[in-house]
Amino acid sequence: MFRLKRQFVVAAGVAGVAAFAPFVLGGYDLNLLARFLALSLLALGIVLTWGHGGILSLGQGVFFGLGGYALAMHMKLTPLAPGEVPDFMMLGGLEALPAWWVPFGNPGFALLAVVLVPGIVAALFAWSVFGRRVGGTYFALITQALALAFATLLVSAQETTGGFNGLTDFQVVLGLDLNGAEAGRTLYWVTLLVLALGWAGVAALLASRFGTMLRAVRDGENRVRFLGHDAAAYKIIAFAVAAMLAGAAGALFTLHAGVISPAMVGVVPSIEMVIWVAIGGRTSLAGAIAGTLAVNFARDAISSAFPDLRPYALGLLFILVVTLLPGGLAELLAARFRKVAR
Amino acid sequence: MELLLGQVFNGFSVASLYLLAALGLALSFGLMRVINMAHGEMLMIGGYLAYLTLQVVPGPWRLVAALPVAFVGAALFGALIHVVLIRRLSARPLDTLLATWGLSLILQQGARSLFGAIGVEVTAPAWLDGGISVLGIELPAVRLFIIGVAIAVLAGLALLLSRTRIGLLVRAVNQDRMMAAATGIDAGRVDLVVFALGTGIAGLAGVMLALLGPVTPTVGQSYIVPAFLVVVMGGLGSIRGTVAAAVILGLVGSLAQISVDASVAQVLMLVFVILFIQIRPEGVVANKSRALDV
Repeated sequence: MFRLKRQFVVAAGVAGVAAFAPFVLGGYDLNLLARFLALSLLALGIVLTWGHGGILSLGQGVFFGLGGYALAMHMKLTPLAPGEVPDFMMLGGLEALPAWWVPFGNPGFALLAVVLVPGIVAALFAWSVFGRRVGGTYFALITQALALAFATLLVSAQETTGGFNGLTDFQVVLGLDLNGAEAGRTLYWVTLLVLALGWAGVAALLASRFGTMLRAVRDGENRVRFLGHDAAAYKIIAFAVAAMLAGAAGALFTLHAGVISPAMVGVVPSIEMVIWVAIGGRTSLAGAIAGTLAVNFARDAISSAFPDLRPYALGLLFILVVTLLPGGLAELLAARFRKVAR
Repeated sequence: MELLLGQVFNGFSVASLYLLAALGLALSFGLMRVINMAHGEMLMIGGYLAYLTLQVVPGPWRLVAALPVAFVGAALFGALIHVVLIRRLSARPLDTLLATWGLSLILQQGARSLFGAIGVEVTAPAWLDGGISVLGIELPAVRLFIIGVAIAVLAGLALLLSRTRIGLLVRAVNQDRMMAAATGIDAGRVDLVVFALGTGIAGLAGVMLALLGPVTPTVGQSYIVPAFLVVVMGGLGSIRGTVAAAVILGLVGSLAQISVDASVAQVLMLVFVILFIQIRPEGVVANKSRALDV
């Protein structure tokens, strides 16, 4: 089912071509592409959990946000002299840095936190739910509540999280001047590299024994249990890996967008993340990336031209794809290819 | 002490809203294993129908006229959703979630186009002004009315399920769909009736929300996520479980607000549900069955 070597070759080829984008695209388009490539990294995680694990999470925005905020906190701290606090804290009347902000001043800690905090939170969360054999629809509803709770909490803790406006106005990241001429290109290449590595990693995971077991859990969880396997463990690991990908995606997105705010992590954005993958094809990694890029570029075009139409278009897309084309675009293409081959 | 009593009353008041919002979800979930993510928009439709009724009907008792209008309107809408969307997806619960969420987006934007984003006001009638003073705390009449409606709906539903022929069919399909179908019950029609009934109750909940604040395109959203948690906690489609879960979550939410603010209370509610799952993963009222996948 998964010809791994071919996937690697295709991934490397596409990434190689995409690497030339900075020489072709203008600054704005390149920035958009880079943002959407970062989002694609998160979509890979949804393929892993939803497509191959049968776990529908409506709360991926939480892990995206955890990664994004972890890096954003570091970037807010970098330009400060010792004893100073970020601008929004000063407005909030805070004199000293809260204790949980302090370690993010260290670049190594912040980079680790980008993937580890979402990973650990997701693992604990999934363990507490899947461990009790609660899953399916229940899990989807609980993850949605998680997304709502996370977003409200961020808004309400204004003095320490920047509240509704989130964290913005970054100057420098790990020695790279974000306002410099080369920043856009460099960050684009970094994003592309991370995405290619993520693609290869998830592809290898899906082709491994773990991937086979995950699909077995999806298709017959009780049978897997009766054969003596710990079905919950596979789901927990898949969910944690997806959360780490989402965290990395959040950090990269924050770099490109120059802001991370509760509006990007709540209920609505979280569920929109699922539609990217639904359209591309829930079991296909390439499909998920293509779906993410297509939906987001279309959304960008529609939003600027007809802002009122966006919810209608998105809603209709959701209904039509899910009811009529559950395999997404990938399935459509695969059927084409089979026909040609015959 | 008065603060505590006041919050307990608030808890019951919020619980009755959670209950009205969650009953329909729980009924359809028990029967069909699907969750309608556009259920919050059924509340919204009920609210707008109440607004429209109050525009047309004169007199102090026009709110009473708004109740059946909202119920029937939302129920018809629900029937349409069931026929067009839910029935086609019945074997795929997670896909139903996504498709009905798409529908919820469209309905919200539709309301925005029709009524504007700001929202419309429904003024509570004069006979709901004021309140009663009990044990030194002031109980607003509107809140008491909402609790009363919730109890009435619950009683009506209990009678319907236990005393009528429709109720008998619903219970039969609920217990064993295949067996019920084999005895000649049209399970698809039972599904349709229950789904419409559930959305109708949500329409009533919408009227209640309209009494408390302006009706906006997203008015259903603020109550629907707690209602989902009520369904998770209640146990598979059990009415008693849903009532218990609604009361518990309502109380947890409002008692938490004694010491923390509303947003933290929301987080605590979620934490509470996750902790509750650790003790009783099958919900407040467990479905006694030897089947593997109940």
